[in-house]
Amino acid sequence: MKKQVTLLREFTKGLWETNPVFKQILGMCPTLAVTVSAINGIAMALATTFVLVFSSLLISIVRKWIPNQVRIASYIVIIATFVTIVDLVMKAQFVELSKALGPFIPLIVVNCIILGRAEAFASKNNPLRSVLDALGNGVGFLISLFALGSIREIIGSRTILGYQVLPNGFEPWLIMILPAGAFLTLGLMMGFANMYIERKKNLEREALIAQYRRVGKEEITDEVLKEAGV
Amino acid sequence: MKQVTHIIATLTLIGVIAGGSLSLVNNWAAPKIAINQKAETERAIYLVHLDGKRYEEIKNAGFEVYKVFNEADSSVGYSLVYSGNGFQGKIKLMIGLTEDLNKTTSIEVLEQSETPGLGTKILEPPYKDQYKGLVTTPAIKLVKGVEPSNPYEVQSITGATISARAVVTIVNEGISKLRAVENKGASK
Repeated sequence: MKKQVTLLREFTKGLWETNPVFKQILGMCPTLAVTVSAINGIAMALATTFVLVFSSLLISIVRKWIPNQVRIASYIVIIATFVTIVDLVMKAQFVELSKALGPFIPLIVVNCIILGRAEAFASKNNPLRSVLDALGNGVGFLISLFALGSIREIIGSRTILGYQVLPNGFEPWLIMILPAGAFLTLGLMMGFANMYIERKKNLEREALIAQYRRVGKEEITDEVLKEAGV
Repeated sequence: MKQVTHIIATLTLIGVIAGGSLSLVNNWAAPKIAINQKAETERAIYLVHLDGKRYEEIKNAGFEVYKVFNEADSSVGYSLVYSGNGFQGKIKLMIGLTEDLNKTTSIEVLEQSETPGLGTKILEPPYKDQYKGLVTTPAIKLVKGVEPSNPYEVQSITGATISARAVVTIVNEGISKLRAVENKGASK
């Protein structure tokens, strides 16, 4: 039996540890395509989170009735229903936003984050945990898209959320709002994130080795360290 | 057999529920979406005819075109929606034309996916304003490097010749199509 983690962990793990963009590397298509500005990133992430939470909830509720052979088909129909609802509501109420996001709203259906969470989590866990997991992943997605969108918007068009932050003397880097800018920014952000994690890991390892030395532990092998979890 | 029934029943049930809930949402959203679209077209029609107060769609033209009337209910010309290929994708224009089709009143870009900062200059006044009162006979011509010397010439955009030329081509094509429909204006 797998050890049950606390409900809070269920939510917070999606924020960073299993962040959909930086750790699971899922949902790259909307991530790269819509983050020309911070507001687009937020809108895309909110739409995705809505679909993610409701489809996870529903899938988790019906998980015991769905025969194994047709589970993917069932999940896709459920997800597609929520996506269509979001698309229609956005077209009716938020015309500008729906125009800016264009075909990427209907494409949430095939966003791997949603099917990924449905298959890996919601189909095996109870509704409460599934919703928390979906919310965590959604917020993680939101943070990533907002960060990416902000960086691209600041350098590419001198503004953030439409407010000018860089002086007129600063020539905007056009490449940042072109597709290439998305790849560059995402790559650099992932690189820095990994660098930070690596460094943290090394520090923990060294601290542990030092501690073992102090207490006079004889052998400090890789196995010993692995057991201590560093 | 029992399993097959279970599978079919599950999929049918999911399909019915999904379809049912979508039709409910659609019932609510469809009229709103229609209103939004209409408002948008209307806005664009009057953008190229500032004195327009009422418009009528010309049917059976094969493309979107509207006849625009002013306050006194006399015709001020046409608002023509026409699209063509730009640099990376389609460019969709709203073209304002006078009653005799020999002059443009102005143009408005409805949709485009040109290169930001270069091709998107077709949206900006220095280029766009050239279409205010531009003569359309014999045909609009794009000039590069030099100032336009004839009333039917448009100056190109440095670094975005393809986008600038695309707009000219779309306007010319739209006008000649409209002439054919309305049997008006100078023939070639």
